[in-house]
This record gives sequence, structure tokens and C-alpha cells, in this order.
Amino acid sequence: MARIIVVTSGKGGVGKTTTSAAIGTGLALRGFKTVIIDFDVGLRNLDLIMGCERRVVFDFVNLINDEAKLQQALIRDKRVENLYILPASQTRDKDALTEEGVARVLDELAKDFEYIICDSPAGIERGALMALYFADEAIIVTNPEVSSVRDSDRILGILASKSKRAEENLPPIKQHLLLTRYSPTRVSRGEMLSLADVEDILSVPLLGVIPESQAVLKASNSGVPVIMDSESDAGQAYGDAVARLLGEEHPFRFINLQKNGLLKRIFGSKSKEELPV
Amino acid sequence: MRLLNYLKFNKPTSANIAKERLQIIISHERSRRNNTELLALMQQELLEVIAKYLNMNTSAISEQVKVELERRGDSSVLELNITLPDEELALTNS
Ligand SMILES: Nc1ncnc2c1ncn2[C@@H]1O[C@H](COP(=O)(O)OP(=O)(O)O)[C@@H](O)[C@H]1O
Ligand SMILES: [Mg+2]
Repeated sequence: MARIIVVTSGKGGVGKTTTSAAIGTGLALRGFKTVIIDFDVGLRNLDLIMGCERRVVFDFVNLINDEAKLQQALIRDKRVENLYILPASQTRDKDALTEEGVARVLDELAKDFEYIICDSPAGIERGALMALYFADEAIIVTNPEVSSVRDSDRILGILASKSKRAEENLPPIKQHLLLTRYSPTRVSRGEMLSLADVEDILSVPLLGVIPESQAVLKASNSGVPVIMDSESDAGQAYGDAVARLLGEEHPFRFINLQKNGLLKRIFGSKSKEELPV
Repeated sequence: MRLLNYLKFNKPTSANIAKERLQIIISHERSRRNNTELLALMQQELLEVIAKYLNMNTSAISEQVKVELERRGDSSVLELNITLPDEELALTNS
């Protein structure tokens, strides 16, 4: 049985596509047959991040409109076995993603794949709703920043009320928090919400913490998912997240200041402090 | 160490402020969400009750029954508007 995982956030630019590419690639590297679907109709980007932009012929909307066969639209990754990409179309038609159409394509993919990763567009409109509607699990990508955290909470509300699982009274979507663009230095200075703060506010089980990292831009420049840069902090953090998704336990890395043990001890407790009211 | 704590205690960082603001707005938005969900449930059940006592099916009656929640100052007012077409006035069990 295929697992459908939506990567969602509400807010744009927080790292959904980066995460979809990394997690999808990570699952395929672990030997699971995986497809990553770009739901961002009109603004496709997953193809660029995955480095397959020049191989796009047919797309998701072509499949929905029965204008192409699955085999024609799926792009097989040249580096990683078991990994496929289904690009979004560039159409401006917002209603291109019909519920029946999406259901039909997902059903067909589910026969062949073990993991289906849905890269959601920003917002809470049709594309985002369709990306999460059929999900079994959700990775909520959040930056340690007020508007991102608030939007994540809105998405939690939508997962709990507007998904197929919610509407049909099935067991709820399994939720995972992925905190990205995290900077322990800024947290230690009190300039950024800490991991504990965000966990406190959202109370969703933590899948991983991805540090703010130069490796991400480098990876997107060259069209290689950052998880394949196994030397990099972000690549390793995504590797840990994939392992946890598969049920393994790993300690969280890149969440504390590395050097300067004393500073760390002084500032480490800051996040737990209560404000005098 | 204690002095440092003292200093920190008196001067909330911008992250402290962010957390407090988020906790307030999110708990507010969550309770509003719950209200809307409960209201939708109540509306559904009210419709079923009305449909049971009037000779109408639920789909026909849903257009003639409006449930609305309004905030007035400190309290909320639940408004229930039922339009009864003349010929449907006869209750089923009368
Ligand atoms: N961990 C990170 N460190 C540094 N930059 C990041 C990180 N994650 C994402 N970014 C950058 O943020 C931008 C938005 O990322 P993207 O994955 O496209 O977000 P979304 O799909 O949510 O709109 C990109 O420029 C990307 O390189
Ligand atoms: Mg994106």
C-alpha cells in the first residue's frame, strides 16, 4: 500500500519544495519506490530543484485531462534508482486540479509506488487543498518566525477538517513538524523562536530540524537535492528526518551552538524561561 | 549566573515577545475554529430534527433554515431562522 505524504505549510518560501526533493530522494535512496508530485500548478519549480527541467514533456494536468499516459509524464531520476518526478503544468487555469482527476492519478500511482510525496503550493486555495486532501501523513514545514508558525497552525486546522480522512471519519492524518532554516546562533541571542518555543505552540511531533545552510542554495544552483550532499549539515539533517519518518530514532543534531560550551550553558535555558506577566 | 538570569528576566528578547504573541493569537484562532465546527455540527442536527417533525427531507429544508452565530460585545448570539412554507405547516404527527 502506498503512503501519501503531503509537504505543506500555508506560507510560501519556507522550504516545502526543498523538503519534498530531499525527503523523496532520501526515501528512494533507502530503496523505496518513490514519486514526488509538484502540485504548484502555474509555478512549477520541483523540476529545477531536482535538475530535470529539460526533460519535462507532459505533466500532472495532462494526466488529469487524459492527454498523456503515466509512463509519458513520469520523469525517472538519472542519479537515484526508484525515484520519479511528476512535474506541475504551467497552465494558469486554477481549476485544472479536479478532485476526481487527482484521485485517479494517485490511485494509478499507488499501484506502483511505495511513497507518493505531494509538494504543496503556498496558500490555502485549490492547489494546496488538493495536495493535502488524500494524504496519509503530513510534513508541516515551519520556519522559526511568527507568520510561518501561525500559518502552520491554520494548516493543522485544515488537515483536521478538510482532508479526505477528516471528511470520512477515518483515522486522522499523521502529522510531523519539520522546523527549517533554523539558526542556533540567532536563537541563543534571543533573536529567533527556539525549537522548544515552536513545539510548545504547535504541539506536533517533531520530525526534524534543518539548519539555515549555504548548502541549500548550492544544491538548488546545481539541481541536486541537498540530501545528496551528505557532507553538509542540511543534507545530514534531512537524512535524519528520513530515518525518523521510517520509524528509526535519532538524536536531533544542529540544534545547539557547536562551540563555546559555557555560552551554551548560559543561554541554553533561555527558551524555557517564562515571561513575568 | 544569577545576575545574568536576573538581567534576562527583566528584558524579554524579541523571541520571547514573538512567542507570547503567537500563543495569544493561535489560541484565539483555535477556539474560533472549534466554534465554527461545533456550529456546523449543531446546524446539521437541528436540520435533522426539523426535517423529522415537518414533512420535508433534509435537502429541501436546508434552504429554509439559517443558523448564524453573531458576536455582540461580551456574548455570542445564536440565531435560528426557519421559513415555513404554508402547505408544510402541518406537523407529521398532528
Ligand atoms: N535550510 C535552508 N537554508 C537556507 N536556505 C533555505 C533552506 N531551506 C530553503 N531555503 C531557501 O528558501 C527558498 C525557498 O525554498 P523553497 O523550498 O522553494 O520553499 P517553498 O517551496 O516553501 O516555497 C529557496 O531560495 C531555498 O533555497
Ligand atoms: Mg515550492
